[in-house]
Amino acid sequence: MDDLYRELILEHYRHPRRRGRIDHPDISAEEHNPLCGDRVRIDLRIENGIITDARFDGRGCAISQASASMLTEEIVGMPVEQAKQFSKEQLLALIGIPLNHNPVRIKCALLPLKTLKVGLYGVGRAPDDDEM
Amino acid sequence: MTANASLTLFDIVTLRHEFPILNQVVNGKTLAFLDSAASSQKPRRVIDCLEDYYRRYNANVHRGIYRLSEEATFAFERARGKVARFINARSQREIVFVRNTTEAINLVARSWGDANLREGDRILLSIMEHHSNLVPWQMLAQRTGAKLEFLSIDGEGRLALDNLDAQLEGVRLVAITQQSNVLGTINPVAEIARRAHAVGALVLVDGAQSVPHMPVDVQALDIDFLAFSGHKMCGPTGIGVLWGRRAILEQMPPFLGGGSMIKVVGLHESTYADVPARFEAGTPAIAEAIALGEAVDFLQEIGMDRIYAHERELLGYALERLTEIEGLRVYGPRTTEMRGSAVSFTLEGVHPHDVAAVLDGEGIAVRAGHHCAQPLHAHYDIPATTRASFYLYNIPEEIDRLVAALRKVRTLFG
Repeated sequence: MDDLYRELILEHYRHPRRRGRIDHPDISAEEHNPLCGDRVRIDLRIENGIITDARFDGRGCAISQASASMLTEEIVGMPVEQAKQFSKEQLLALIGIPLNHNPVRIKCALLPLKTLKVGLYGVGRAPDDDEM
Repeated sequence: MTANASLTLFDIVTLRHEFPILNQVVNGKTLAFLDSAASSQKPRRVIDCLEDYYRRYNANVHRGIYRLSEEATFAFERARGKVARFINARSQREIVFVRNTTEAINLVARSWGDANLREGDRILLSIMEHHSNLVPWQMLAQRTGAKLEFLSIDGEGRLALDNLDAQLEGVRLVAITQQSNVLGTINPVAEIARRAHAVGALVLVDGAQSVPHMPVDVQALDIDFLAFSGHKMCGPTGIGVLWGRRAILEQMPPFLGGGSMIKVVGLHESTYADVPARFEAGTPAIAEAIALGEAVDFLQEIGMDRIYAHERELLGYALERLTEIEGLRVYGPRTTEMRGSAVSFTLEGVHPHDVAAVLDGEGIAVRAGHHCAQPLHAHYDIPATTRASFYLYNIPEEIDRLVAALRKVRTLFG
């Protein structure tokens, strides 16, 4: 428990960095976690193959919202092709949750990445956790 | 056990020793199991009963002409009788063994529903139903063109019955929970049944949360179907019960086809067995059914009225203590009147998953999520709640620990 609610996660949960919407985004995607009702929407501005702006919106637990905050912060300035390759291992390392943590909470942490990939790949089906 | 109306703390502490799982340390703390509404723990004698079957008389039922099979069949059918007496069924032929509440309701929807409902017929439900008493009716409506109608709830989380008679117009079936798994609300099932019968509708009761926690008498309630699960009443998983009025069951076509449910089988057609065998195709959950009978004995030796009284004391204490937590909102009735002991709540500014994760760190097991009641959560415009639920083995000290842990959540999340 204590390793889950480290100061970094609580800090991003209390003060999310890139919460909001983009007017007329180039890419927008929303995903839900039916298990707990978490919801994350990510808007992207893309210019010359680079993500120049990223915003997230939604509601959910501290893990999913802090993860969205850190992920959107991380991908601004990143080439789209690189963002497509962004792995779940990279995300979990970024937010500091061990891979072997409770799978239910891992799902919460990965929801923003799933949303990002649905947006970037433009597919109707969200990738499974082990496909990311 | 004393003969008091309620269980004493001494009774409970003695009882707790019967549940091996409760005597363990989780995350460095003694386990406080407050999630019995999802699944109850099992007393030693139920666990032993499962093992005894597999060690001593494992054999298929209703088949073998040898002693083990006879013994297994006898124990299996004796369990059916115990369950029948437990809910005061007129006959043990009215007891159909199924996997769980969900399967029992699906059986009625598929068998009775497909045979009896036509386009434009109505089914009356409520917005507090568990998905298991909602989705099968949605599927039936899609197959037959029947329409679903819903009873709403008031600010206390009680069914709004002011317009019941008007809402019953054209209704063929009322399917309603006796006790909400989220709000704890106990619904006036007998009154609903009386008014439903007046317009010729049948009444199915979801007893998943009521049968384990209070005396339930199908004749006194005067209902037509009752569905419940073994694993929520100290029994094993994989065994549940559909009770139905014999006259209705006898008119219903089979649900699943296969062994046991037939009389004579030809290459192109077959005749079907009498109830309840007609609805029990294939080898049943034998050990689980026998162990459910043992669980019923266990509960009856304590007394369902005393279990109800004990939970009511815990509930009253919990409702009182939870008001101490700033920003905490309890959903459902705020008194113990006609209310079961599932207590769902939200803590302002903290997601229920985070609440549950912090409680887990304190060794306290609660459920967080929508509890398979998404429409009810949509009604309150919340994605999820945290739920603490109590059973015969819980003690006030566990509520004290819950409150202390919630204070910790409050501090952590500011």
